[in-house]
Amino acid sequence: MEEVRRDGVQRLVQEGTQLVEVLPAREYQEEHLPGAANLPLSELTRETAARLDPARPVIVYCHDAL
Amino acid sequence: MSARAAARLEGLGFRRVYRYTGGKADWFAAGLPREGREAGTPRAGDLARRDIPACLPDEGVGQAWERAQAAGWSACAVVDRERVVLGLLRARALTRSDPSVRVEDVMHPAPRTYRAGASLDGPVRYMRERGLDAVLITTPDGVLIGMLRRADAEPYVRETDAGGA
Repeated sequence: MEEVRRDGVQRLVQEGTQLVEVLPAREYQEEHLPGAANLPLSELTRETAARLDPARPVIVYCHDAL
Repeated sequence: MSARAAARLEGLGFRRVYRYTGGKADWFAAGLPREGREAGTPRAGDLARRDIPACLPDEGVGQAWERAQAAGWSACAVVDRERVVLGLLRARALTRSDPSVRVEDVMHPAPRTYRAGASLDGPVRYMRERGLDAVLITTPDGVLIGMLRRADAEPYVRETDAGGA
């Protein structure tokens, strides 16, 4: 796993990387990054991860570094 | 949480997984676009006026004052060449200083700044308590975004949230 900063996120998303918020749905629905999908950590299984394209890179994020 | 999610995805076979360590807090604090139910609720960066004039610390106050006047402001943000905020020139320093005096000698060296993602009640309360008309808004890296005017922000803040009556 590689850590990225804000500018890296912007660049990678432009290149087609998938963006995934792993916070609960309620927090995602309030506000999220443009184009992000929601896969809450508590619901992250092989079945739910199938929503993502395994051939493309993925960026995951939550609220902050904690 | 994102570290565990990234590890989980790698365990599920995803080969290129990145973790955005700053997360939402960093993104919003930089004033970047948001989506969602609350995205239309303005934050400090949304209302910050981007046309606040800026000057370098080694410029003369006279130059800064001319720039501020031309832009219709009575204040000037002091920044370095990467636009990181170093200080603030308020009206008094702009108008009452010898024009040849260097900006850094009369600027307020530690103005209160807010991140672009801040909700409006904090800045409004701060401005009310100190009788200020505006505060500077920056990214998490201290880069100038703009100036939030109290008059622009107050209409969006409930009195109870900003410490009012």
